[in-house]
Amino acid sequence: MKKQGLQNIKNANKSFASVTILAALILISLIGAGCLGQETDNNVVVSGSTSILPLAQSLSEKYMEIHNETVISVKGGGSGTGIAELIDGSNDIAMASRKIKDTEVTNAQANGINPVEHMIAKDGIAVIVHPANPVKNLTLEQLQKIYSGEIRNWSEVGGNDEEIAAIARDSSSGTQEFFTEAVMGDVELRSDLITQSATGAVTQEVMQNQKAIGFINAAYQNANLKTIGLDVNGTVFMPTEENVLSEKYPLSRGLYLYTDANVKEQADEFIQYIFSTEGQKIVREMGYTAVQ
Amino acid sequence: MKRNMRNFNEKTMKFLFFIGGIGTILILLLICFFLLAETANFLKTYPIWDFLTGTEWKPDEASRKFGLLPLLAGTFITTFGAVLLAVPIGILSAVYIAELAGPKTAEILKPAVELLAGIPSVVLGFFGLVLLVPTFQSAFDLTTGQTALTGSIILAIMALPTIISVSEDAISSVPASLKQGSFALGSNHWQTIYKVTIPAALSGISAAVILGVGRAIGETMAVMMVTGNMAIIPWSEPFLSSVRTITATIALEMGEVAQGTEHYYALFTIGAVLFLLTIIINGIADAVKRKHHRGE
Repeated sequence: MKKQGLQNIKNANKSFASVTILAALILISLIGAGCLGQETDNNVVVSGSTSILPLAQSLSEKYMEIHNETVISVKGGGSGTGIAELIDGSNDIAMASRKIKDTEVTNAQANGINPVEHMIAKDGIAVIVHPANPVKNLTLEQLQKIYSGEIRNWSEVGGNDEEIAAIARDSSSGTQEFFTEAVMGDVELRSDLITQSATGAVTQEVMQNQKAIGFINAAYQNANLKTIGLDVNGTVFMPTEENVLSEKYPLSRGLYLYTDANVKEQADEFIQYIFSTEGQKIVREMGYTAVQ
Repeated sequence: MKRNMRNFNEKTMKFLFFIGGIGTILILLLICFFLLAETANFLKTYPIWDFLTGTEWKPDEASRKFGLLPLLAGTFITTFGAVLLAVPIGILSAVYIAELAGPKTAEILKPAVELLAGIPSVVLGFFGLVLLVPTFQSAFDLTTGQTALTGSIILAIMALPTIISVSEDAISSVPASLKQGSFALGSNHWQTIYKVTIPAALSGISAAVILGVGRAIGETMAVMMVTGNMAIIPWSEPFLSSVRTITATIALEMGEVAQGTEHYYALFTIGAVLFLLTIIINGIADAVKRKHHRGE
Protein backbone atom coordinates (compact mmCIF):
# COMPACT_ATOMS: atom_id res chain seq x y z
CA MET A 1 0.00 0.00 0.00
CA LYS A 2 2.74 2.37 1.07
CA LYS A 3 4.87 1.29 -1.84
CA GLN A 4 2.08 2.15 -4.23
CA GLY A 5 1.79 5.62 -2.69
CA LEU A 6 5.48 6.18 -3.33
CA GLN A 7 5.05 4.97 -6.88
CA ASN A 8 2.27 7.52 -7.39
CA ILE A 9 4.45 10.37 -6.18
CA LYS A 10 7.23 9.22 -8.46
CA ASN A 11 4.81 9.12 -11.37
CA ALA A 12 3.51 12.55 -10.50
CA ASN A 13 7.07 13.89 -10.52
CA LYS A 14 7.69 12.16 -13.79
CA SER A 15 4.64 13.69 -15.43
CA PHE A 16 5.54 17.05 -13.94
CA ALA A 17 8.93 16.72 -15.58
CA SER A 18 7.40 15.80 -18.89
CA VAL A 19 5.05 18.78 -18.74
CA THR A 20 8.04 21.02 -18.10
CA ILE A 21 9.85 19.51 -21.07
CA LEU A 22 6.77 20.02 -23.22
CA ALA A 23 6.49 23.64 -22.14
CA ALA A 24 10.17 24.17 -22.92
CA LEU A 25 9.70 22.60 -26.36
CA ILE A 26 6.77 24.88 -27.12
CA LEU A 27 8.80 27.88 -26.01
CA ILE A 28 11.73 26.84 -28.22
CA SER A 29 9.50 26.37 -31.24
CA LEU A 30 7.91 29.77 -30.65
CA ILE A 31 11.33 31.40 -30.54
CA GLY A 32 12.27 29.44 -33.64
CA ALA A 33 9.17 30.68 -35.43
CA GLY A 34 10.09 34.21 -34.42
CA CYS A 35 13.53 33.81 -35.99
CA LEU A 36 11.94 32.46 -39.19
CA GLY A 37 9.72 35.51 -39.25
CA GLN A 38 12.75 37.75 -39.20
CA GLU A 39 14.25 36.01 -42.21
CA THR A 40 11.43 37.08 -44.54
CA ASP A 41 13.66 39.66 -46.19
CA ASN A 42 15.23 36.99 -48.38
CA ASN A 43 12.06 34.96 -48.56
CA VAL A 44 9.73 35.43 -51.54
CA VAL A 45 6.29 33.86 -51.11
CA VAL A 46 4.48 32.95 -54.34
CA SER A 47 0.95 31.53 -54.18
CA GLY A 48 -2.17 31.10 -56.29
CA SER A 49 -3.29 29.28 -59.46
CA THR A 50 -2.59 25.58 -59.55
CA SER A 51 -2.30 25.78 -63.37
CA ILE A 52 0.80 27.98 -62.96
CA LEU A 53 2.13 26.07 -59.95
CA PRO A 54 4.33 23.52 -61.83
CA LEU A 55 5.80 26.30 -63.99
CA ALA A 56 6.49 28.59 -61.03
CA GLN A 57 8.06 25.71 -59.14
CA SER A 58 10.61 24.84 -61.80
CA LEU A 59 11.31 28.53 -62.45
CA SER A 60 11.99 29.09 -58.75
CA GLU A 61 14.21 26.00 -58.51
CA LYS A 62 16.37 27.17 -61.42
CA TYR A 63 16.42 30.71 -60.04
CA MET A 64 17.54 29.60 -56.59
CA GLU A 65 20.40 27.59 -58.14
CA ILE A 66 21.87 30.89 -59.34
CA HIS A 67 20.72 33.16 -56.51
CA ASN A 68 21.17 31.00 -53.46
CA GLU A 69 20.68 33.93 -51.10
CA THR A 70 16.99 34.10 -52.01
CA VAL A 71 14.42 31.56 -50.83
CA ILE A 72 11.31 31.33 -53.00
CA SER A 73 8.43 29.31 -51.61
CA VAL A 74 5.71 28.42 -54.10
CA LYS A 75 2.31 27.09 -53.11
CA GLY A 76 -1.05 26.55 -54.84
CA GLY A 77 -4.50 27.38 -53.54
CA GLY A 78 -6.10 28.74 -56.70
CA SER A 79 -6.08 32.11 -58.49
CA GLY A 80 -8.63 33.67 -56.12
CA THR A 81 -6.73 32.58 -53.03
CA GLY A 82 -3.46 33.89 -54.46
CA ILE A 83 -4.95 37.30 -55.17
CA ALA A 84 -6.70 37.35 -51.77
CA GLU A 85 -3.32 36.69 -50.16
CA LEU A 86 -1.74 39.49 -52.16
CA ILE A 87 -4.50 41.79 -50.91
CA ASP A 88 -3.95 40.90 -47.25
CA GLY A 89 -0.19 41.01 -47.69
CA SER A 90 0.58 37.37 -46.92
CA ASN A 91 2.38 36.72 -50.21
CA ASP A 92 4.74 38.70 -52.45
CA ILE A 93 3.60 37.37 -55.81
CA ALA A 94 0.14 36.07 -56.72
CA MET A 95 -0.24 33.59 -59.59
CA ALA A 96 -3.49 33.84 -61.55
CA SER A 97 -4.70 32.05 -64.65
CA ARG A 98 -7.20 34.86 -65.22
CA LYS A 99 -7.03 38.64 -65.15
CA ILE A 100 -7.57 40.28 -61.79
CA LYS A 101 -11.20 41.29 -61.21
CA ASP A 102 -12.23 44.92 -60.69
CA THR A 103 -13.63 44.10 -57.26
CA GLU A 104 -10.28 42.58 -56.28
CA VAL A 105 -8.42 45.71 -57.44
CA THR A 106 -10.77 47.85 -55.35
CA ASN A 107 -10.25 45.61 -52.30
CA ALA A 108 -6.49 45.73 -52.79
CA GLN A 109 -6.39 49.51 -53.07
CA ALA A 110 -8.47 49.78 -49.91
CA ASN A 111 -5.71 47.77 -48.25
CA GLY A 112 -2.94 49.98 -49.65
CA ILE A 113 -1.87 47.49 -52.32
CA ASN A 114 -1.66 48.48 -55.99
CA PRO A 115 -1.63 45.30 -58.09
CA VAL A 116 0.74 45.25 -61.09
CA GLU A 117 0.21 42.69 -63.85
CA HIS A 118 2.97 40.57 -65.45
CA MET A 119 1.92 38.19 -68.23
CA ILE A 120 4.60 35.49 -68.07
CA ALA A 121 3.25 32.88 -70.49
CA LYS A 122 0.32 31.82 -72.61
CA ASP A 123 -1.62 28.67 -72.27
CA GLY A 124 -4.35 26.89 -74.20
CA ILE A 125 -7.19 24.66 -73.11
CA ALA A 126 -7.34 21.41 -75.06
CA VAL A 127 -10.71 19.70 -75.54
CA ILE A 128 -10.18 15.97 -75.22
CA VAL A 129 -12.07 12.76 -75.95
CA HIS A 130 -11.34 9.03 -75.91
CA PRO A 131 -9.06 7.97 -78.83
CA ALA A 132 -11.81 5.66 -80.16
CA ASN A 133 -14.22 8.57 -80.55
CA PRO A 134 -14.63 9.31 -84.31
CA VAL A 135 -15.39 13.02 -83.77
CA LYS A 136 -12.47 15.20 -84.95
CA ASN A 137 -13.61 18.82 -84.78
CA LEU A 138 -16.22 20.87 -82.99
CA THR A 139 -17.28 24.48 -83.28
CA LEU A 140 -17.38 26.63 -80.16
CA GLU A 141 -21.16 26.68 -80.54
CA GLN A 142 -21.34 22.88 -80.51
CA LEU A 143 -19.04 22.80 -77.49
CA GLN A 144 -21.31 25.27 -75.72
CA LYS A 145 -24.38 23.19 -76.55
CA ILE A 146 -22.69 20.04 -75.24
CA TYR A 147 -21.92 21.76 -71.94
CA SER A 148 -25.34 23.42 -71.67
CA GLY A 149 -27.06 20.09 -72.26
CA GLU A 150 -28.71 21.03 -75.55
CA ILE A 151 -26.63 18.41 -77.39
CA ARG A 152 -26.76 15.13 -75.46
CA ASN A 153 -25.75 12.51 -78.02
CA TRP A 154 -22.50 12.12 -79.95
CA SER A 155 -24.49 11.42 -83.16
CA GLU A 156 -25.63 15.07 -83.14
CA VAL A 157 -22.05 16.17 -83.80
CA GLY A 158 -21.11 13.38 -86.21
CA GLY A 159 -20.14 10.66 -83.76
CA ASN A 160 -21.56 7.33 -82.64
CA ASP A 161 -25.07 6.98 -81.26
CA GLU A 162 -23.98 7.30 -77.65
CA GLU A 163 -24.86 9.61 -74.81
CA ILE A 164 -22.29 12.30 -74.06
CA ALA A 165 -20.62 12.26 -70.65
CA ALA A 166 -19.57 15.88 -70.20
CA ILE A 167 -16.76 16.35 -67.71
CA ALA A 168 -15.92 19.66 -66.08
CA ARG A 169 -13.65 20.87 -63.30
CA ASP A 170 -14.77 22.18 -59.94
CA SER A 171 -15.70 25.85 -59.71
CA SER A 172 -12.42 26.64 -57.94
CA SER A 173 -10.34 25.65 -60.98
CA GLY A 174 -8.85 28.44 -63.11
CA THR A 175 -9.23 26.22 -66.19
CA GLN A 176 -12.94 25.84 -65.43
CA GLU A 177 -13.39 29.57 -64.95
CA PHE A 178 -11.62 30.28 -68.23
CA PHE A 179 -13.71 27.66 -70.05
CA THR A 180 -16.95 29.03 -68.61
CA GLU A 181 -16.09 32.57 -69.66
CA ALA A 182 -14.76 31.71 -73.12
CA VAL A 183 -17.25 29.00 -74.14
CA MET A 184 -20.39 29.43 -72.07
CA GLY A 185 -20.73 33.22 -71.73
CA ASP A 186 -24.13 33.79 -70.17
CA VAL A 187 -25.41 30.31 -70.97
CA GLU A 188 -25.88 28.09 -67.92
CA LEU A 189 -23.88 24.91 -67.58
CA ARG A 190 -25.94 21.72 -67.53
CA SER A 191 -26.72 20.30 -64.08
CA ASP A 192 -25.60 16.77 -64.94
CA LEU A 193 -21.93 17.61 -65.35
CA ILE A 194 -19.41 15.10 -64.09
CA THR A 195 -17.20 17.29 -61.92
CA GLN A 196 -13.59 16.37 -61.21
CA SER A 197 -11.29 17.87 -58.65
CA ALA A 198 -8.04 17.69 -60.66
CA THR A 199 -6.68 17.56 -64.21
CA GLY A 200 -5.44 14.04 -63.51
CA ALA A 201 -8.96 12.90 -62.65
CA VAL A 202 -10.30 14.39 -65.92
CA THR A 203 -7.69 12.63 -68.07
CA GLN A 204 -8.21 9.37 -66.15
CA GLU A 205 -11.96 9.40 -66.82
CA VAL A 206 -11.56 10.39 -70.49
CA MET A 207 -8.95 7.65 -71.01
CA GLN A 208 -11.33 4.99 -69.67
CA ASN A 209 -14.66 6.31 -70.98
CA GLN A 210 -15.48 6.32 -74.71
CA LYS A 211 -18.51 8.59 -74.17
CA ALA A 212 -16.58 11.26 -72.34
CA ILE A 213 -15.52 14.75 -73.31
CA GLY A 214 -13.38 16.97 -71.11
CA PHE A 215 -11.02 19.91 -71.21
CA ILE A 216 -7.55 20.35 -69.75
CA ASN A 217 -4.53 22.61 -69.87
CA ALA A 218 -2.91 22.04 -73.30
CA ALA A 219 0.37 21.09 -71.57
CA TYR A 220 -1.28 17.92 -70.25
CA GLN A 221 -2.23 16.48 -73.67
CA ASN A 222 -0.89 12.97 -74.17
CA ALA A 223 -1.00 10.07 -76.59
CA ASN A 224 -3.76 8.27 -74.67
CA LEU A 225 -6.11 11.17 -75.30
CA LYS A 226 -7.51 12.55 -78.52
CA THR A 227 -7.46 16.32 -78.83
CA ILE A 228 -10.42 17.87 -80.64
CA GLY A 229 -9.76 20.65 -83.14
CA LEU A 230 -11.81 23.82 -82.81
CA ASP A 231 -13.56 24.97 -85.95
CA VAL A 232 -13.63 28.74 -86.43
CA ASN A 233 -15.66 29.65 -89.54
CA GLY A 234 -14.50 26.53 -91.37
CA THR A 235 -10.82 26.66 -90.35
CA VAL A 236 -9.81 24.08 -87.76
CA PHE A 237 -7.26 25.07 -85.11
CA MET A 238 -5.43 22.69 -82.81
CA PRO A 239 -3.99 23.92 -79.50
CA THR A 240 -0.44 24.06 -80.85
CA GLU A 241 2.11 26.52 -79.50
CA GLU A 242 1.82 28.73 -82.58
CA ASN A 243 -1.96 28.91 -82.46
CA VAL A 244 -2.02 29.57 -78.74
CA LEU A 245 0.52 32.40 -78.93
CA SER A 246 -1.28 34.08 -81.81
CA GLU A 247 -4.56 33.36 -79.99
CA LYS A 248 -5.94 32.01 -83.29
CA TYR A 249 -6.88 28.96 -81.27
CA PRO A 250 -10.03 30.23 -79.55
CA LEU A 251 -9.30 28.76 -76.10
CA SER A 252 -6.00 30.56 -75.41
CA ARG A 253 -5.26 32.62 -72.35
CA GLY A 254 -2.52 34.49 -70.56
CA LEU A 255 -0.95 33.35 -67.30
CA TYR A 256 -0.32 36.21 -64.92
CA LEU A 257 1.72 37.13 -61.91
CA TYR A 258 0.50 40.01 -59.75
CA THR A 259 2.62 42.02 -57.34
CA ASP A 260 2.21 45.19 -55.37
CA ALA A 261 3.57 48.28 -57.18
CA ASN A 262 5.89 48.66 -54.21
CA VAL A 263 7.36 45.17 -54.62
CA LYS A 264 10.15 43.58 -52.61
CA GLU A 265 13.47 43.74 -54.51
CA GLN A 266 13.99 39.96 -54.49
CA ALA A 267 10.51 39.36 -55.92
CA ASP A 268 11.12 41.89 -58.68
CA GLU A 269 14.41 40.20 -59.60
CA PHE A 270 12.64 36.85 -59.82
CA ILE A 271 10.04 38.27 -62.20
CA GLN A 272 12.77 39.80 -64.36
CA TYR A 273 14.41 36.37 -64.47
CA ILE A 274 11.17 34.85 -65.75
CA PHE A 275 11.16 37.31 -68.68
CA SER A 276 14.83 36.58 -69.47
CA THR A 277 15.80 34.23 -72.30
CA GLU A 278 16.54 31.50 -69.78
CA GLY A 279 13.26 31.95 -67.91
CA GLN A 280 11.20 31.84 -71.12
CA LYS A 281 13.12 28.71 -72.16
CA ILE A 282 11.80 27.00 -69.01
CA VAL A 283 8.30 28.25 -69.87
CA ARG A 284 8.60 26.44 -73.22
CA GLU A 285 10.07 23.31 -71.68
CA MET A 286 7.11 23.08 -69.32
CA GLY A 287 4.66 22.99 -72.23
CA TYR A 288 3.42 26.57 -72.01
CA THR A 289 3.81 29.17 -74.69
CA ALA A 290 6.50 31.79 -74.11
CA VAL A 291 5.61 35.44 -74.52
CA GLN A 292 9.05 36.82 -75.47
CA MET B 1 8.19 21.40 2.43
CA LYS B 2 7.85 18.20 0.51
CA ARG B 3 4.16 18.12 1.28
CA ASN B 4 3.79 21.63 -0.08
CA MET B 5 5.60 20.70 -3.25
CA ARG B 6 3.35 17.72 -3.62
CA ASN B 7 0.32 19.88 -3.10
CA PHE B 8 1.58 22.28 -5.72
CA ASN B 9 2.12 19.49 -8.21
CA GLU B 10 -1.32 18.18 -7.51
CA LYS B 11 -2.88 21.56 -8.17
CA THR B 12 -0.84 22.27 -11.30
CA MET B 13 -1.73 18.93 -12.79
CA LYS B 14 -5.39 19.41 -11.96
CA PHE B 15 -5.28 22.81 -13.62
CA LEU B 16 -3.56 21.42 -16.74
CA PHE B 17 -6.17 18.71 -17.11
CA PHE B 18 -8.89 21.29 -16.60
CA ILE B 19 -7.42 23.45 -19.39
CA GLY B 20 -7.27 20.39 -21.62
CA GLY B 21 -10.88 19.46 -20.95
CA ILE B 22 -12.23 22.98 -21.28
CA GLY B 23 -10.09 23.61 -24.38
CA THR B 24 -11.86 20.91 -26.37
CA ILE B 25 -15.27 22.31 -25.49
CA LEU B 26 -14.09 25.83 -26.28
CA ILE B 27 -12.92 24.74 -29.72
CA LEU B 28 -16.29 23.10 -30.35
CA LEU B 29 -18.15 26.22 -29.22
CA LEU B 30 -15.96 28.43 -31.42
CA ILE B 31 -16.60 26.25 -34.46
CA CYS B 32 -20.37 26.28 -33.75
CA PHE B 33 -20.34 30.03 -33.37
CA PHE B 34 -18.32 30.51 -36.57
CA LEU B 35 -20.59 28.21 -38.60
CA LEU B 36 -23.73 29.93 -37.29
CA ALA B 37 -22.34 33.40 -37.98
CA GLU B 38 -21.44 32.50 -41.58
CA THR B 39 -24.80 30.78 -42.05
CA ALA B 40 -26.55 33.93 -40.83
CA ASN B 41 -24.53 35.94 -43.38
CA PHE B 42 -25.72 33.62 -46.15
CA LEU B 43 -29.38 33.69 -45.11
CA LYS B 44 -29.30 37.49 -45.00
CA THR B 45 -29.02 37.62 -48.79
CA TYR B 46 -30.35 34.23 -49.88
CA PRO B 47 -33.94 33.23 -48.98
CA ILE B 48 -33.88 30.23 -46.63
CA TRP B 49 -36.80 28.63 -48.47
CA ASP B 50 -34.94 28.73 -51.78
CA PHE B 51 -31.95 27.15 -50.06
CA LEU B 52 -33.90 24.34 -48.41
CA THR B 53 -36.11 23.49 -51.39
CA GLY B 54 -33.80 24.44 -54.28
CA THR B 55 -33.12 21.60 -56.70
CA GLU B 56 -30.11 23.17 -58.42
CA TRP B 57 -26.63 23.87 -57.09
CA LYS B 58 -24.90 26.18 -59.59
CA PRO B 59 -22.44 28.50 -57.89
CA ASP B 60 -21.09 30.19 -61.07
CA GLU B 61 -21.61 33.92 -61.55
CA ALA B 62 -24.22 33.45 -64.27
CA SER B 63 -26.55 31.17 -62.29
CA ARG B 64 -25.99 31.77 -58.54
CA LYS B 65 -28.26 28.96 -57.43
CA PHE B 66 -27.63 27.38 -54.07
CA GLY B 67 -30.20 24.61 -53.64
CA LEU B 68 -29.53 22.14 -50.85
CA LEU B 69 -31.64 19.24 -52.13
CA PRO B 70 -29.29 17.70 -54.75
CA LEU B 71 -26.39 17.69 -52.27
CA LEU B 72 -28.55 16.26 -49.50
CA ALA B 73 -29.81 13.61 -51.91
CA GLY B 74 -26.23 12.73 -52.87
CA THR B 75 -25.16 12.42 -49.25
CA PHE B 76 -28.20 10.30 -48.32
CA ILE B 77 -28.01 7.99 -51.33
CA THR B 78 -24.29 7.18 -50.97
CA THR B 79 -24.60 6.75 -47.19
CA PHE B 80 -27.73 4.61 -47.46
CA GLY B 81 -26.05 2.41 -50.08
CA ALA B 82 -23.00 2.07 -47.87
CA VAL B 83 -25.17 1.00 -44.92
CA LEU B 84 -27.01 -1.57 -47.06
CA LEU B 85 -23.68 -3.10 -48.04
CA ALA B 86 -21.69 -2.74 -44.83
CA VAL B 87 -24.26 -3.72 -42.20
CA PRO B 88 -24.86 -7.34 -43.21
CA ILE B 89 -21.18 -7.98 -43.92
CA GLY B 90 -20.14 -6.18 -40.74
CA ILE B 91 -22.53 -8.03 -38.45
CA LEU B 92 -21.71 -11.40 -40.01
CA SER B 93 -17.99 -10.89 -39.49
CA ALA B 94 -18.53 -9.55 -35.96
CA VAL B 95 -20.52 -12.67 -35.06
CA TYR B 96 -17.88 -14.84 -36.67
CA ILE B 97 -15.02 -13.19 -34.78
CA ALA B 98 -16.86 -13.13 -31.44
CA GLU B 99 -18.64 -16.50 -31.52
CA LEU B 100 -17.39 -18.89 -34.16
CA ALA B 101 -13.74 -18.25 -34.97
CA GLY B 102 -11.07 -20.15 -33.04
CA PRO B 103 -8.78 -18.00 -30.91
CA LYS B 104 -6.00 -18.15 -33.53
CA THR B 105 -8.26 -17.05 -36.40
CA ALA B 106 -9.72 -14.26 -34.27
CA GLU B 107 -6.21 -13.12 -33.43
CA ILE B 108 -5.50 -12.64 -37.15
CA LEU B 109 -8.93 -11.25 -38.07
CA LYS B 110 -9.15 -8.52 -35.43
CA PRO B 111 -5.92 -6.69 -36.34
CA ALA B 112 -6.76 -7.18 -40.03
CA VAL B 113 -10.04 -5.32 -39.52
CA GLU B 114 -8.21 -2.55 -37.68
CA LEU B 115 -5.69 -2.39 -40.53
CA LEU B 116 -8.58 -1.81 -42.95
CA ALA B 117 -9.41 1.33 -40.97
CA GLY B 118 -5.85 2.52 -41.52
CA ILE B 119 -6.00 2.66 -45.33
CA PRO B 120 -5.93 6.36 -46.32
CA SER B 121 -9.17 7.41 -47.97
CA VAL B 122 -7.36 8.83 -50.99
CA VAL B 123 -5.91 5.37 -51.68
CA LEU B 124 -9.37 3.81 -51.53
CA GLY B 125 -10.63 6.58 -53.81
CA PHE B 126 -7.92 5.92 -56.36
CA PHE B 127 -8.62 2.20 -56.22
CA GLY B 128 -12.27 2.98 -56.88
CA LEU B 129 -11.49 5.33 -59.75
CA VAL B 130 -9.22 3.02 -61.73
CA LEU B 131 -10.86 -0.31 -60.86
CA LEU B 132 -14.53 0.02 -59.92
CA VAL B 133 -15.46 2.96 -62.17
CA PRO B 134 -14.55 1.39 -65.55
CA THR B 135 -15.90 -1.99 -64.45
CA PHE B 136 -19.32 -0.58 -63.53
CA GLN B 137 -19.49 1.51 -66.67
CA SER B 138 -19.15 -1.49 -68.94
CA ALA B 139 -21.15 -3.84 -66.68
CA PHE B 140 -24.25 -1.60 -66.54
CA ASP B 141 -23.60 0.20 -69.88
CA LEU B 142 -23.61 3.62 -68.22
CA THR B 143 -22.63 7.08 -69.46
CA THR B 144 -20.03 7.12 -66.71
CA GLY B 145 -18.96 4.63 -64.07
CA GLN B 146 -18.62 7.40 -61.50
CA THR B 147 -21.84 6.69 -59.66
CA ALA B 148 -23.41 6.69 -56.23
CA LEU B 149 -22.91 2.92 -56.19
CA THR B 150 -19.11 3.18 -56.51
CA GLY B 151 -19.19 5.78 -53.74
CA SER B 152 -21.31 3.47 -51.57
CA ILE B 153 -18.91 0.57 -52.03
CA ILE B 154 -15.90 2.69 -51.02
CA LEU B 155 -17.82 4.13 -48.07
CA ALA B 156 -18.92 0.64 -47.02
CA ILE B 157 -15.26 -0.44 -46.93
CA MET B 158 -14.50 2.58 -44.75
CA ALA B 159 -17.46 2.03 -42.38
CA LEU B 160 -16.81 -1.71 -41.97
CA PRO B 161 -14.05 -1.50 -39.32
CA THR B 162 -16.24 0.68 -37.07
CA ILE B 163 -19.26 -1.57 -37.47
CA ILE B 164 -17.27 -4.77 -36.96
CA SER B 165 -15.29 -3.73 -33.89
CA VAL B 166 -18.17 -2.05 -32.04
CA SER B 167 -20.64 -4.89 -32.71
CA GLU B 168 -17.98 -7.46 -31.87
CA ASP B 169 -17.58 -5.77 -28.47
CA ALA B 170 -21.33 -5.83 -27.95
CA ILE B 171 -21.60 -9.52 -28.89
CA SER B 172 -18.62 -10.51 -26.73
CA SER B 173 -20.13 -8.76 -23.73
CA VAL B 174 -23.32 -10.86 -23.82
CA PRO B 175 -23.13 -12.82 -20.52
CA ALA B 176 -22.08 -16.46 -20.94
CA SER B 177 -24.91 -17.50 -18.62
CA LEU B 178 -27.48 -16.47 -21.25
CA LYS B 179 -25.85 -18.65 -23.87
CA GLN B 180 -25.37 -21.56 -21.45
CA GLY B 181 -29.06 -21.33 -20.59
CA SER B 182 -29.91 -21.54 -24.26
CA PHE B 183 -27.63 -24.57 -24.77
CA ALA B 184 -29.12 -26.22 -21.67
CA LEU B 185 -32.56 -25.91 -23.21
CA GLY B 186 -31.30 -27.90 -26.16
CA SER B 187 -30.69 -25.18 -28.78
CA ASN B 188 -27.78 -25.66 -31.12
CA HIS B 189 -25.07 -23.07 -31.76
CA TRP B 190 -26.86 -21.37 -34.67
CA GLN B 191 -30.15 -21.10 -32.80
CA THR B 192 -28.34 -19.64 -29.80
CA ILE B 193 -26.64 -17.01 -31.96
CA TYR B 194 -29.72 -15.72 -33.67
CA LYS B 195 -32.30 -16.24 -30.90
CA VAL B 196 -30.20 -15.25 -27.86
CA THR B 197 -26.84 -13.62 -28.55
CA ILE B 198 -27.80 -11.20 -31.32
CA PRO B 199 -31.04 -10.00 -29.66
CA ALA B 200 -29.11 -9.49 -26.39
CA ALA B 201 -26.45 -7.45 -28.20
CA LEU B 202 -28.89 -5.65 -30.48
CA SER B 203 -28.61 -2.17 -28.98
CA GLY B 204 -24.80 -2.39 -29.15
CA ILE B 205 -25.03 -3.51 -32.75
CA SER B 206 -27.43 -0.65 -33.56
CA ALA B 207 -25.00 1.81 -32.02
CA ALA B 208 -22.27 0.28 -34.21
CA VAL B 209 -24.39 0.77 -37.32
CA ILE B 210 -25.16 4.39 -36.44
CA LEU B 211 -21.48 5.14 -35.78
CA GLY B 212 -20.71 3.57 -39.16
CA VAL B 213 -23.28 5.89 -40.76
CA GLY B 214 -21.57 8.85 -39.08
CA ARG B 215 -18.25 7.69 -40.50
CA ALA B 216 -19.72 7.40 -43.99
CA ILE B 217 -21.61 10.70 -44.00
CA GLY B 218 -18.54 12.79 -43.20
CA GLU B 219 -16.12 11.13 -45.61
CA THR B 220 -14.89 13.46 -48.36
CA MET B 221 -11.86 12.56 -50.42
CA ALA B 222 -12.67 9.04 -51.58
CA VAL B 223 -16.28 9.95 -52.36
CA MET B 224 -15.25 12.99 -54.35
CA MET B 225 -12.99 10.84 -56.51
CA VAL B 226 -15.57 8.22 -57.51
CA THR B 227 -19.10 9.68 -57.49
CA GLY B 228 -18.78 12.04 -60.48
CA ASN B 229 -19.96 15.03 -58.39
CA MET B 230 -23.08 15.71 -60.46
CA ALA B 231 -25.34 18.09 -58.55
CA ILE B 232 -28.64 16.50 -59.56
CA ILE B 233 -31.44 14.62 -57.78
CA PRO B 234 -31.37 11.21 -59.48
CA TRP B 235 -35.03 10.17 -59.27
CA SER B 236 -34.94 7.41 -61.88
CA GLU B 237 -31.73 5.50 -61.07
CA PRO B 238 -30.51 6.70 -57.69
CA PHE B 239 -27.58 4.29 -57.42
CA LEU B 240 -26.43 4.19 -61.05
CA SER B 241 -26.35 7.95 -61.49
CA SER B 242 -23.57 10.35 -60.57
CA VAL B 243 -24.29 12.28 -57.40
CA ARG B 244 -22.61 14.97 -55.37
CA THR B 245 -22.31 14.91 -51.60
CA ILE B 246 -22.20 17.87 -49.22
CA THR B 247 -18.61 17.13 -48.22
CA ALA B 248 -17.43 16.85 -51.83
CA THR B 249 -19.06 20.18 -52.68
CA ILE B 250 -17.19 21.98 -49.91
CA ALA B 251 -13.89 20.35 -50.83
CA LEU B 252 -14.36 21.05 -54.55
CA GLU B 253 -15.35 24.68 -54.28
CA MET B 254 -13.55 25.98 -51.19
CA GLY B 255 -10.23 26.48 -52.97
CA GLU B 256 -11.06 29.40 -55.18
CA VAL B 257 -14.13 30.97 -53.64
CA ALA B 258 -13.67 34.68 -53.03
CA GLN B 259 -13.93 35.50 -49.35
CA GLY B 260 -17.10 37.29 -48.27
CA THR B 261 -19.18 36.35 -51.32
CA GLU B 262 -22.54 34.63 -51.23
CA HIS B 263 -20.90 31.44 -52.52
CA TYR B 264 -18.40 31.52 -49.64
CA TYR B 265 -21.18 31.82 -47.06
CA ALA B 266 -23.21 29.14 -48.88
CA LEU B 267 -20.36 26.66 -48.41
CA PHE B 268 -20.32 27.36 -44.68
CA THR B 269 -24.07 26.94 -44.58
CA ILE B 270 -23.96 23.46 -46.11
CA GLY B 271 -21.12 22.76 -43.64
CA ALA B 272 -23.51 23.72 -40.85
CA VAL B 273 -26.14 21.36 -42.32
CA LEU B 274 -23.59 18.55 -42.30
CA PHE B 275 -22.62 19.40 -38.71
CA LEU B 276 -26.30 19.25 -37.72
CA LEU B 277 -26.68 15.83 -39.39
CA THR B 278 -23.64 14.52 -37.51
CA ILE B 279 -24.96 15.84 -34.19
CA ILE B 280 -28.29 14.11 -34.78
CA ILE B 281 -26.58 10.83 -35.70
CA ASN B 282 -24.28 10.95 -32.65
CA GLY B 283 -27.28 11.80 -30.46
CA ILE B 284 -29.13 8.73 -31.72
CA ALA B 285 -26.05 6.55 -31.19
CA ASP B 286 -25.73 7.87 -27.61
CA ALA B 287 -29.38 7.24 -26.85
CA VAL B 288 -29.14 3.69 -28.20
CA LYS B 289 -25.97 3.05 -26.21
CA ARG B 290 -27.56 4.33 -23.00
CA LYS B 291 -30.45 1.98 -23.55
CA HIS B 292 -27.93 -0.80 -24.03
CA HIS B 293 -26.26 -0.05 -20.68
CA ARG B 294 -29.61 0.09 -18.88
CA GLY B 295 -30.40 -3.24 -20.44
CA GLU B 296 -27.39 -4.77 -18.75
